[in-house]
Amino acid sequence: MKHLKKALALTTLAIAVNANAQTELTVYTAVEAEDLAKYAERFNEDHPDIKINWVRDSTGVVTARLLAEKQNSRADVVWGLAGTSLLLLKNEGMLVPYAPKGLEELSPKFRDSDETPSWVGMDAWMAAICVNTIEAEKNNLPMPASWQDLAKPVYQGHVVMPNPNSSGTGFLDVSAWLQLMGEDKGWTFMDGLHENISRYTHSGSKPCKMAASGETTIGVSFAFRGARLKEQGAPLELVFPKEGLGWEVEATAIVDGTDKMEAAQTLVDWSITRQAMEMYNEGYAIVGMPGVAQPVEHFPENAGELIIDNDFGWAASNREAILSEWARRYDGKSEAK
Amino acid sequence: MPEYDPGKRSMIDSHVLSTPATRNWPSLVELRRKFAGRWVFSLLLVTGCAILTLLVLAPLYTLLSKSVENRAGEFVGLENFARYLSSGGIESAFFNSLWVAGLSTLVVVFLAFMAAWALTRTRLPFTGWIRGVLVLPILAPSLLPAISLVYLFGNQGVLKDWLFGAEIYGPIGIIMGSCFWTFPHALMILLTAMDNADGRHYEAATALKAGPWRTFWTVTVPGARYGLVSAAFVVFTLVITDFGVPKVIGGQFDVLATDIYKQVIGQQKFEMGAVVSVLLLLPAMLAFIADRYVQRKQSASFTARSVPYKPGQDRKRDTVGALMLTPTLVFIFAIIGMAIYASFVTFWPYNLDLSLNNYQFGRMDGGGWGAYGNSLQMALGTMVIGTMLVFFNAWLMERTPQPRILTGLFQFLSLLPLAVPGLVLGLSYIFFFNHPDNPINGIYGTLFILMLCTITHFYAVSHLTAVTALKQLDQEFEAVGESLNASRWRVLFTVTLPLCLPAILDVALYLFVNAMTTVSAVVFLYGHDSQLASVAVLNMDEAGDIAPAAAMAILITATCAVAKLIQGLLRSWVDRSTRPWRQGTE
Repeated sequence: MKHLKKALALTTLAIAVNANAQTELTVYTAVEAEDLAKYAERFNEDHPDIKINWVRDSTGVVTARLLAEKQNSRADVVWGLAGTSLLLLKNEGMLVPYAPKGLEELSPKFRDSDETPSWVGMDAWMAAICVNTIEAEKNNLPMPASWQDLAKPVYQGHVVMPNPNSSGTGFLDVSAWLQLMGEDKGWTFMDGLHENISRYTHSGSKPCKMAASGETTIGVSFAFRGARLKEQGAPLELVFPKEGLGWEVEATAIVDGTDKMEAAQTLVDWSITRQAMEMYNEGYAIVGMPGVAQPVEHFPENAGELIIDNDFGWAASNREAILSEWARRYDGKSEAK
Repeated sequence: MPEYDPGKRSMIDSHVLSTPATRNWPSLVELRRKFAGRWVFSLLLVTGCAILTLLVLAPLYTLLSKSVENRAGEFVGLENFARYLSSGGIESAFFNSLWVAGLSTLVVVFLAFMAAWALTRTRLPFTGWIRGVLVLPILAPSLLPAISLVYLFGNQGVLKDWLFGAEIYGPIGIIMGSCFWTFPHALMILLTAMDNADGRHYEAATALKAGPWRTFWTVTVPGARYGLVSAAFVVFTLVITDFGVPKVIGGQFDVLATDIYKQVIGQQKFEMGAVVSVLLLLPAMLAFIADRYVQRKQSASFTARSVPYKPGQDRKRDTVGALMLTPTLVFIFAIIGMAIYASFVTFWPYNLDLSLNNYQFGRMDGGGWGAYGNSLQMALGTMVIGTMLVFFNAWLMERTPQPRILTGLFQFLSLLPLAVPGLVLGLSYIFFFNHPDNPINGIYGTLFILMLCTITHFYAVSHLTAVTALKQLDQEFEAVGESLNASRWRVLFTVTLPLCLPAILDVALYLFVNAMTTVSAVVFLYGHDSQLASVAVLNMDEAGDIAPAAAMAILITATCAVAKLIQGLLRSWVDRSTRPWRQGTE
């Protein structure tokens, strides 16, 4: 009998705890899997009453999935997806505009330009060149310092980059080159680069991974991946070309159709707090709130100055044209050699 | 030698069953029962068709119909097709797909046939173990051969020189990778086709003084004809619709399947992805029609009067058999061995210290053990539900009287999933099962929809295996049963099921292991609490954690190997317990 009472009391307690504890939010994300537990934990320190259920995959898959689920959205919040993808969702009317607390502290590049923004930024991932030092020495290759260097004949057959038609990182590079050099010079540069490319990959992190394992000497990829691989012991040197780096914002948004608006807003509020920004800063050199970022290992100290003044509007509206021009020039025919 | 005649058994049973009462009105009662029976069977098969329509046709329609719509969902006719064809590079993707799939098919069917011959027509020792090794590729997630191929033949690969300067990234890699993972599919079909050979044909050949070579061409090959065509059809379609291997190791070599990936994942253009999917259906359809054409001519090779073939002593022949198995075995061992090695290496190729660190799944992202638990549950569910569905429907189609049109429809529905890339199937499932008007949209995001999707994804080969096994049983079994008043149901449980148990076990294993390793479709469907180990492997590799990815892949492979072992034990038990029966009173 005593036991029964005890059990009963425990059960009641458990129910009570559950009742006031758990609003569950389904959050779609493309953030690295290894960071997800940390993100949820830090958020729960301030808001233990909201439980985050992650659904994680690569940017392309998450975006495709969100779009496909449009008629009956399953996600409450998107926390950590590329700005380009969120723009797509916004144009489909899938996001709920919301001005989170502390919005004014974000730098203007890190929020949707509408007065009540549909998305707010977290951090930026930026382009980088991963160079395998061992292979570079073996092949007698000088360390590149600029994008233009990569088009030099000495690197012929040693460069791998993502196909912009398959990978957001690839498009980010192409759009940055066109903005930096202007359209004509940009395409001329890519013509030269194309001569040196040994292959185009379908994923943005693959070129850096290939450089890390010596499958290629130079991989055009993004800084975050390079830094992580270096930590794992890859003989990599990260090069940040002096002309400037393409970048993309990672952002948060509320998905239309959520029935947990209050919790969703709480999460978005928290996602742009100083605490959150400091947390992003552990992996990313540039975050949405000016003045927060501390230098991150393996990243350049002046990361903020290196990134280009990216015109996301221009990139979005010209995306289709750029991609088909790119495919016309470099797709398929590259097989002939 | 006593004749193989299960009819004897039914005879004894049905004597007890048939009561004298029925004798008074034989014609009328008989007719009514016959009619009622037929009606029930047709109704059941119609239900089968309905289930497959729900699982295959309806979801596919929701996606493929987008090929004739624009982004806003308005009907635009063939505009998308025109746009796709005019965008260039398509001819090369189409052509590339065809020749890569064609060449892979030739290689795989050739190797699988040699292997099947060696396993069923010689007296090599350890055939049980060899069979086990030969199905290893199907037990491994598709990323495993990709990692191994790079470590073997990549720029840092240990066997790089073997390619004579050619690159593994491109058609060579795609063909090698495809051959590796499709081989067990072909072998499974060919073994089923060749396992029950009629010994009398071989006796006749010997009596007519035909040499081994002549016997091979006049008895063995014709007997396996149907299996050969089916295997070719299956392999060709599997290769042409697979995007996993080309994506990981194909470099920039364009094929139709990676084109879908580019359109859907790279650019979120569902309508263009649908266009490519429709184009991809064409070669698969042609293969389907060719298969149907040949199949029509197939008749049972294993009749009620057959005597199971038992190869006699022949050293020379056994040596030939061993030689035929060697290249395949070496290739499989090399790939799996390399992956095992890769899972212990600290950082390939610069720090080759070996450690067990990569096996600490608890610390790993992507769910680790939780994901593994989900995968197990999902695979078991898929196996149980799938095997019952597949076998029962195949039995209805093959062994009960059905209108021709119904069997044709069912055959079409059950083979259709083969021509659908997993990526397309997964997206279709979102459109269909997540629709607010779909009354069963509650299953979306659960393990159950993952099971349904996986059963559908692998329905075709399971169906072909079941059908091949059922076809080999003489129709006389039912005829005898009928004349003895034993219903078809009775024949099913007393004769057909026991005789088909080996094939049923094969189907069960096939579904289990594929559910453990599949990625392409389920990647769109898992929910926050139904993450899968196979997806975790992909994510870890994507994040650059190749060694942990290899470790998890090895864990999956080991799990599947245990399943295979259990299945092997069950199979040999079944073989032993039915042997006296299969061989009469010998």
